[in-house]
Amino acid sequence: MSHDGTLSRPAIERPDSVYFFGTCLVDLFYPEAGMAGMDLLKQQGVRVVFPQGQSCCSQPAYNSGYREEALKVARAQLDYFPGDWPIVVPSGSCAGMMSKHWPDLFKGEPDEARACQVASRVWELTQFLVQVLKVKFEDQGPPVKITWHASCHAQREMGVTDEPKALLRQLANVELVELQREKECCGFGGTFAVRHPEISAAMVGDKVADIENTGAKAVVSGDCGCLMNISGALEGGKKPVRGVHIAQFLKERTHG
Amino acid sequence: MGESSINFAKASSAALQDQQLRGNFRRAMDGLMSKRAVQFADTAEWNGVRTLGASVRLRALSKLPELLEKLEANCTKNGIQVHWASTTDEANAIVLSIMQRVNAKLVVKGKSMVSEEMHLNAFLEKHGIESLESDLGEYIVQLDEAMPSHIIMPAIHMNTKQIAHLFKQKIKEAEYTEDVAQLTDLARRVLRKKFATADVGISGVNMAVAETGTLCLVENEGNGRMSTTVPPVHIAVMGLEKVVEKLEDVPPVISLLTRSATAQPITTYVNMISSPRKAGEKDGPDEIHLVILDNGRSGIYADEELRNTLRCIRCGACMNHCPVYTKVGGHAYQAPYPGPIGSILMPQVEGLETRGELPHACTMCNACVEICPVKIPIVEIMGRLRSEAVHPGDAVKGAGSHASKAETMVWKGWSMTYASPLAYQFATALLAKLGNAAPASLPLLKEWTNVRSKPRFANRTLHALAREKGIPDV
Repeated sequence: MSHDGTLSRPAIERPDSVYFFGTCLVDLFYPEAGMAGMDLLKQQGVRVVFPQGQSCCSQPAYNSGYREEALKVARAQLDYFPGDWPIVVPSGSCAGMMSKHWPDLFKGEPDEARACQVASRVWELTQFLVQVLKVKFEDQGPPVKITWHASCHAQREMGVTDEPKALLRQLANVELVELQREKECCGFGGTFAVRHPEISAAMVGDKVADIENTGAKAVVSGDCGCLMNISGALEGGKKPVRGVHIAQFLKERTHG
Repeated sequence: MGESSINFAKASSAALQDQQLRGNFRRAMDGLMSKRAVQFADTAEWNGVRTLGASVRLRALSKLPELLEKLEANCTKNGIQVHWASTTDEANAIVLSIMQRVNAKLVVKGKSMVSEEMHLNAFLEKHGIESLESDLGEYIVQLDEAMPSHIIMPAIHMNTKQIAHLFKQKIKEAEYTEDVAQLTDLARRVLRKKFATADVGISGVNMAVAETGTLCLVENEGNGRMSTTVPPVHIAVMGLEKVVEKLEDVPPVISLLTRSATAQPITTYVNMISSPRKAGEKDGPDEIHLVILDNGRSGIYADEELRNTLRCIRCGACMNHCPVYTKVGGHAYQAPYPGPIGSILMPQVEGLETRGELPHACTMCNACVEICPVKIPIVEIMGRLRSEAVHPGDAVKGAGSHASKAETMVWKGWSMTYASPLAYQFATALLAKLGNAAPASLPLLKEWTNVRSKPRFANRTLHALAREKGIPDV
């Protein structure tokens, strides 16, 4: 871990195969983002394995203070990633939970070493595309103006800041306009949004206003929690801006 | 203190309705964030000084008992009288006994968060002693009969117009003006008279240096210097964590403190108080007392993880950068220390029974952790306290007090489902089929859909799609 608490990933050799950890929100609400993520990896000639036994990184319970329950769910995941391949996650938040918090969660447990080994193989999708696969995209879509919302855990736990924007900037017809408060939390915060709905609403309200000010047609994000919150608020307020997961956006642009 | 449980949700709801207040906070915090960014624009310098600052605080905490003893010995040698208080009641009683011995009727106070923790003004008033805040922000808040809403800028929730009205209403000689210089001048004239006639001056302590017995006090307005030198008696109050080992530990901490707090490279005054007035000296008090307050801190100290809370140098940067604080302001926390640091400190000091809601006043976005000049793992401690709140134990006062049967059942059910692939796939397939039929009026969904559209379950889960597309399972 680096001095500011974010993880620094040592570069690794390009693997033949990777595991894909879909996350529970992608599973239920954004499966097309998950499929797009796997397609992007396959496009690069990497074999993708999706273990059907996987469910959730355990973050909801962990953050709510129910660590025993979180441990049970996290432990259940360990069996499904037996190989040495990297585990790619289309969510900075879940990737952060697995790589940064699992070692704490399993501390003193008999399977601590195994959990740490799994945690050390976790990559956020855009981080993996840029740092390991060194992808080069060719844009096949029409001109469009978009903006990027940085998820809190991707930037502050996984240390993913430039990677997604670097990918978006590879797209020749895409104009990327930065938010004035790009780094500010959208107010989702898992159970926070239902525990403190009014504060959460005020936060996402500021985020929506910021997005509208850019004049972008779409807001791209790498986290389905943020996306559900932000695009829900955009839709709820009848704003003509679409929220889209970066995997899906990249796939749309590169597959025409 | 804090006998009754606070209601953060209710107080923040009221704050959110107040558009003026929201505007004041948004503007003020936006300004502070961008000014601070300029001060630490050099990442290498920031990383260096931050690591140094954190190590100064860590080293001090690693030998806290020893340093406190050394501080007491050296202060005593310098003629500063040291008093120990395990509770705020004891601290108040010590302050009162000193006042009564010198027959004090009027106290001028420099800014001190520990005195807020002690509710000292109200206590003194009850004993017939007038206590006047002399920091401009604290003075405004005191006139308004309110609590500070920020630990560095107590009146940041108010704009000039509101302060102009308050002065006109509460200060006899005031003429209505929105001219900041004139308003400041008016406060200065009121305060000057009080400095000259006060029997006792009270101050906080930013750092106490163990090896020299020196009290270090950082301020901008000169009121701290006045409060600590003009009245014949000076009483300094500090939390027991505020000690540092050596004199050379002071500069890096001050540099981090002032730049993180108000984006100033240095403040106007850095007072280093080392003894009462000596024979032949022209100013300074005849007596200096140092009251060292525990109030739960030794309990915090005993736990290796929670101990990190005590690293805090009270710069307030975590509040300035907290998206929740920025929306609701300090009063919503109903605590002397609001924002992220308050949300971990208050439950540890006063107990989870009454303050257990505060660790949930957070989206865990880590903005505070990113900005903290001494690297306090605020969010990790937040998570720990959330866990303590639902599990009986003895690490934190009131552990287990927030365990609700219903909530526990929900998480138990969740973990059973999510730990079993069969149960999980059955449940998610069912949600994909029927989830969208859930009416928006359902309890949790209702809050969500107040400003957002209903989340839409996909027809088929990622598990199902992956199977259909023949993506290998192992």
